[in-house]
Formats: sequence, C-alpha cells, structure tokens
Amino acid sequence: MKMVLKGAIAAFSMVAGFSGPVMGGAEDVVVEDAWSRASIGSNRPGAAYMRIRNTGDEEVTLTVIRTDLAMMPEIHLTSTNDQGVSSMVPAGEIEIAPGETVALEPGRLHAMLMRLQRPMAEGDTFLLTLVFSDAGELTVEVPILGVAARGPES
Amino acid sequence: MQRRHLLGYSAAGVGTLGVTLFVGWWQVDGPGGKEPAGKRPLSLSAMDFRLTNHEGNAVGPETLFRRPTMVFFGFTYCPDVCPTTLSDISSWLDAMGEDAEQLNVVFITVDPDRDSVEAMAEYVGYFHPSVRGWTGAPEEIARVADGFRVTYEKVPTDGGDYTMNHTASVFLFDAGGRFMSTIDYHESREFAVPKIRRAMQNGTEGAT
Repeated sequence: MKMVLKGAIAAFSMVAGFSGPVMGGAEDVVVEDAWSRASIGSNRPGAAYMRIRNTGDEEVTLTVIRTDLAMMPEIHLTSTNDQGVSSMVPAGEIEIAPGETVALEPGRLHAMLMRLQRPMAEGDTFLLTLVFSDAGELTVEVPILGVAARGPES
Repeated sequence: MQRRHLLGYSAAGVGTLGVTLFVGWWQVDGPGGKEPAGKRPLSLSAMDFRLTNHEGNAVGPETLFRRPTMVFFGFTYCPDVCPTTLSDISSWLDAMGEDAEQLNVVFITVDPDRDSVEAMAEYVGYFHPSVRGWTGAPEEIARVADGFRVTYEKVPTDGGDYTMNHTASVFLFDAGGRFMSTIDYHESREFAVPKIRRAMQNGTEGAT
C-alpha cells in the first residue's frame, strides 16, 4: 500500500511538473475512534489505536508521535507470518494519501507507548500529539478503556 | 542385439529413476524427512513438561487430560497481539455460555524471566475466568513450546528492553488430547466458535 501510494505521488509529481513532493498538513487530518487499553503498572508498554483520515487534497506524512505519558512513543507494525509467528517492528513514517484513512488497530499498526511514566488507568484519558512532515501537529485525547478492551466501544 | 541393449539400458534407467524417486520421497515426505517448519503439535499425552499455574500449583500435560483444551502462547509485556487474542478468546467463551466450563483454556508465557506466577495471576484476572496462566523455568517453557511446535525469540528494543516474537496461533485439542486445529491470527473470527465446538465434540469418544 505504501509502495502504491508512493507510486501514485511520483506519477502525480511528474505530470504536474513538481520537483519535490507535495505535502499536505496537520490541518487536513481528522482523528476518530481513539482508544487505548489500561496498563498493569507502568513497566509494561501500552498501545493506543485510532483512525487517521486525510481530508485534504495532498498527501500527509505522520512522522513522530509524542505524549507525556510515555518516554518512547512510536508507531509499530505487528505482523504475523505464514508460520503463525507474530512480531513487531517500528513502522517508520506513515504516508496518508488524500481522502485515505490509516487505521491503527489491534494486530496491525498501533501507537506503542514504551517507558510509561505512570500507569494507564481505566477511565482516564491522555493526550497524544501527532507530528506531520510539514511540522504541523494535532493533539488528540485518547480514552483509556479496560485491559481486555477490544475496540473503541468496549 | 543393439535393441536388447537399449531395452536393458532403459530398464536400468527406469530402475534408477525409481530408486531416485524413492530416495527423494524418503528424504522429503517419508520417514527419513525432516519435520517441516509448520509441523503439528504433539498429542498432549506425548508431551512432557512441568509448569506452575497462576494459583501456584504444579501443572503438566496431564492437567489437560479428559477435557477439550485451548492453548495460547504469549507474554504479559505484549501490548498488542496478546491482549487482543485473550480478549478474543474471552469473547468466544462468553458466546459459548456454560459450555465454556467444559474446556481447559490456558495462556502459557514465552517470557518466564518477567512473567512470574504473580504477574500471570494479575494478568489473567482481566480476562474470562476460565483462562489459566502457566509459567515456569525457562527450560520447561522450552519443552512445552517444543511439544506444541511453538517458536519464540527475545528481540531487543530501542529502550534497552526486549519484546518477544512468538507463535500467536490458538491451539485446539480434543478431550483425548489429540491436536485438532489452530485458530490463526489472520483468520476470520466467526470461524472460531465452530472450531472450538468441533474440538469439544470430537473429544467425546476419546475421553476415558
């Protein structure tokens, strides 16, 4: 998908005669259905999920996430191979094409909250800031649901 | 004469081909073959391991005999796949109502260095009451993983911590301890409960 997006952007750039990439900004981004799970203590990493929609006409790139809840917040990608073995790697920058939505959801992309500064308590919320390549930022309030929560509604 | 020679060579050729095929079969699919990477778990009765459950009691494969069994490997420091799978398991058990009580449901850690009995007790307490948590000495975890043909691996993370890569399939056994099927992570969730029920039904004639 990333490759396809890059290809589409490259094609667009050539047709339009731009030399550099065309970038949208944080003002075009809408975040929906943010949620996270309560943690057991603060030694274990937490995870947060949401849907990030690009409502603008240009690609936006999510570069970094930030929160005072965790020293090392990072977007990670969980993948499971054909042997059923599951692993997690940093996802790097997330490109979102115009009109597209990137879902951070269980078992796929997630905001991994490493080195928690305090436990994530059910019923609380925390602020998570998404930083985009145009240096624009978007801060969202993320509800903390139960340890066994399965989605934004539970 | 020449013709007979040709026939002789042909026969020898066919014979050689046959031997080659047989040797190939023996080495790849036959008794001489190595087990493929995605090999099936052993029967529970063929496994041998000693672990401790989240209540501090000694457990082993015999703990699972005579009832159908569902097993998942993971670790409590796992932020994504493990709570998701245990929540899924909990929802399947909820959907089965009282029938869920007929099933052994075990979460076995692949991270015994961090997952003490107490850690497992606290963790499984957040999920369906049928879910048991098992941990143990690293060499016993290696034995149980080998029996289930599960792989796991410590992977350092940036912050000086580590995470675990591990087999994330849910394993189903019938009441006779025979491996039935897995519920894989990518699988559509609506197939899970029917698979569990099939394992439970298959168990009836195997139970003693």
